[in-house]
Amino acid sequence: MIKRIGLSWSAQVLEPLAALGRFGIFLAQLSGHLMRPWRQFRNTLGQLHFIGTRSITVIAVAGGFVGMVVALQFYDTLVRFGAVGLLGAAVGLSLVRELAPVLTALIVIGRVGSAMCAEIAIMRNDNQIDALECMAIDPYGYLVAPRFIATIIAVPLLTAIFNVVGIAGGWFVGVVLFDIGEGAYFASMADSLVWRDVLMDVVKSLSFALIIVWICTAKGYLLHLASHRTFGAEGVSRTTTDAVVASSITVLFADYVISALML
Amino acid sequence: MSDTITDTVPRKPALAVRGLTCSFDGNAILSGLDFEVEEGEIFVIMGSSGAGKTTLLRHLLGLSRPQLGEIDLLGEKLHPASRERVYQLRRQLGVAFQHGALINSMSVIDNIELPLRQHTSLDRSTIRIMSRMKLELMNLAGFEDYMPAQLSGGMLKRAGLARAVIMDPRILFFDEPSAGLDPATAAELDTLILRLREVHNMTIVVVTHALESAVKIADRIMIIGAGGIRAIGTLGEVQSEPDEYIQSLLQRRTLRREDDGDAYIDRLTANIDD
Repeated sequence: MIKRIGLSWSAQVLEPLAALGRFGIFLAQLSGHLMRPWRQFRNTLGQLHFIGTRSITVIAVAGGFVGMVVALQFYDTLVRFGAVGLLGAAVGLSLVRELAPVLTALIVIGRVGSAMCAEIAIMRNDNQIDALECMAIDPYGYLVAPRFIATIIAVPLLTAIFNVVGIAGGWFVGVVLFDIGEGAYFASMADSLVWRDVLMDVVKSLSFALIIVWICTAKGYLLHLASHRTFGAEGVSRTTTDAVVASSITVLFADYVISALML
Repeated sequence: MSDTITDTVPRKPALAVRGLTCSFDGNAILSGLDFEVEEGEIFVIMGSSGAGKTTLLRHLLGLSRPQLGEIDLLGEKLHPASRERVYQLRRQLGVAFQHGALINSMSVIDNIELPLRQHTSLDRSTIRIMSRMKLELMNLAGFEDYMPAQLSGGMLKRAGLARAVIMDPRILFFDEPSAGLDPATAAELDTLILRLREVHNMTIVVVTHALESAVKIADRIMIIGAGGIRAIGTLGEVQSEPDEYIQSLLQRRTLRREDDGDAYIDRLTANIDD
């Protein structure tokens, strides 16, 4: 019994460390391919279309509604203090600094991260990755690198779209519905938003992109080494769930760290 | 004049395995395997389920690293070798997996063209013509735009074989060509294997447990079991081995297990606390 407890304890401590090590090796193996993006140019364009172009609608719709809700909530608060003129600043700051990068990242995890993880995990499960190896095609270069490059390009652009549409949503609620002057809305936003806020937005979106694509591709690629030791449909499903949960939590954690460092 | 390669030219090993050893969780899967496969030979590896055939194949392809022993592929050591060197060696290999292992998101023709697109600078039309030639060879003409999910098991294997031979490899590895196929389709694949050797002088290593297929295509057969080589030689030599495991495999007899009662009870009650 004591032996079993000892073994279980050591497994619980060592397994996450081993997993962390495997993620590190995964990134190291990949790094050489990230320096030569032109090698899989066609693949990267395809991934850019899947991750970027096909996410625009959902990002725009989400951005619009989030901007509208933020404006609604701030209007309700600001009107009590007679400061509705600051609505543009409130909407702009909350979107650019916080909501746009975080919500874009969470939407990308749901729409793209889960798909990337499941697709690669199925390829691992069905020997398709072994087949690539046997054809002398490096799976890191062929499968993973294009997804990395495309995600790192697409997420900041999607975040920018979220910002623009969100600000437009806030404008609709503030200016069209509550009749705040258009000049006041945009002037207060321009006065309060500084380059540092935009830089925070860019740093966050780049960091979140890296977190999402690293966790989701590595989880799928390393399915055969997963601690749950389940394969087939159940293994793919568990791995995909793990990837979505782990990347969402890591994005929120990273959001706090970056905010703390940059504010 | 003989119509096979077997007795025409002096051969050198295309594949040499020395002392290959592998174990999982303390159980020996392969222990000290020694064998050679000569150029132009069709070498069939047989064994019961769980005998280590797939593990052996993974080692031969460099997908698993041996714990002990050496593998020479086309005269070069597979371990230790840099990743780039292993990839250069693999460009001279073709591998047809048991279920085809086609990339699901690509059509049949895109799958077959993939090695050519990645490793050559041929123009698109040349690549397309070469791929169609292989499709014709595999009787898959007309299926080029199908997705893997739309193909039957036999078609998937043939498409996988077409992709495996698109670069005209020096050694072709084929995992379980007849598994799960009806006798006519299995015979068709056997004929294809013989034709590939005849036309391209390929060395072909086939992993199977289908005796009919082995009888039809093999120059030599190796039977593995209990971690080691139980027999190796021509069909006649293997058939003359008195080993009960070999005879059970060749004649489809149930292998008699010699167990004592205590061992049986121990197995049933293992890892139960109460």
